[in-house]
Amino acid sequence: MDYKNLKIGDSIPSLENPPITRTMLALYAGASGDHNPIHIDIDFAKKSGFSDVIAHGMLIMAIASKNLTNVFTQNSIKEISVKFVSMTKIGDELTSDCKIIEKDIIDNKVLFTLSLSVKDNSGDEKLKGKAKIELNE
Amino acid sequence: MKELDKKFIGKKYSPIQFNVEKQRLKFFSKATGQSDPIYFDEAIAKEKGFPSIVAPPTFLTTIGYEKENPYDYLEDLGISIARILSAGQKYYYFNLIFGGDIIFMESEIQDIYVKKAGKLQFIEFLSIYTNQSDLSIAPSVSTLVFR
Repeated sequence: MDYKNLKIGDSIPSLENPPITRTMLALYAGASGDHNPIHIDIDFAKKSGFSDVIAHGMLIMAIASKNLTNVFTQNSIKEISVKFVSMTKIGDELTSDCKIIEKDIIDNKVLFTLSLSVKDNSGDEKLKGKAKIELNE
Repeated sequence: MKELDKKFIGKKYSPIQFNVEKQRLKFFSKATGQSDPIYFDEAIAKEKGFPSIVAPPTFLTTIGYEKENPYDYLEDLGISIARILSAGQKYYYFNLIFGGDIIFMESEIQDIYVKKAGKLQFIEFLSIYTNQSDLSIAPSVSTLVFR
C-alpha cells in the first residue's frame, strides 16, 4: 500500500500486543537501563502505595513507536510526543492506534501529523500523543 | 507534600558519552517487540543503505541511564525514586542512531511546575543528543511527575 495517499481521518493498521507480563518488564528494565524498582519489584511497589508493579511509561511509548515503524520508514519519523495518561498493569492487553489528523504537501514532501493512542482491553487510555511523518513524494 | 525547589530550573548535568553497542541495541529492540531485521541483522541493514543496525525511536531513553548516577537530580531535589513516574516524552528526530555510534548527551532541568492545585509537581528535562560526527540526533523533552 502507498501510505502517501492516506487522507485525514484514515488510520494505519493498529498494533495489538500480548498481555503485559513481569518478564516483559524485567527485560525492558535491563534493556533500557531504567531500573526503577517500581516496575520490577512487587515489595517496593506495595511500599510505594501501588497494589503491584506498573509498566514503564517508555515501554508504552515503544509500542506506539513500533506501530509507526511497522508502516513508515524510521527515517521519515520526525517527531513523536506523548503523555502517559494512566498506569499500565500486569495483564493489560494494549492496542495502539494511529490516525492521520493533518496532511500537507510542501516542496514535494507529504507531511502527516498522526494522533497516537494506546488503550487497554477495557478501553482505558494509557498513552496519547502525536507524531510527525515526512515522506518524499 | 514537599514543594520542589525551583532554584534547580536551569541546572545542567554533566555531559555523558554513550557507546552504542550492537548487542545492547538488539536487546532493546527485542525487549520492545521489534521484528524488522534492520534492527537485528547487520547485513540486511547495510543492504537497505544503513551503516549498521538501526536504533529504534525510543532507544534514546537508555542513554541517560548510563550515567554514573542516573538519579543525581533526585538527590538535588531531595526526593525518593518511589515518588516519581514518567509523565511524558517528546523526541524531535534529526538523524538516526546506528550500532557502533558514539552518542553525546547533555541535559538540564528546563522547568519545574505544579498542576492539580499543588497535588502533582512536574520536572521537565531538556536533553540534546549528538553523535561522533557532530550530527544532531535529537533534542528531547522528558517530563517526570512527582506525586
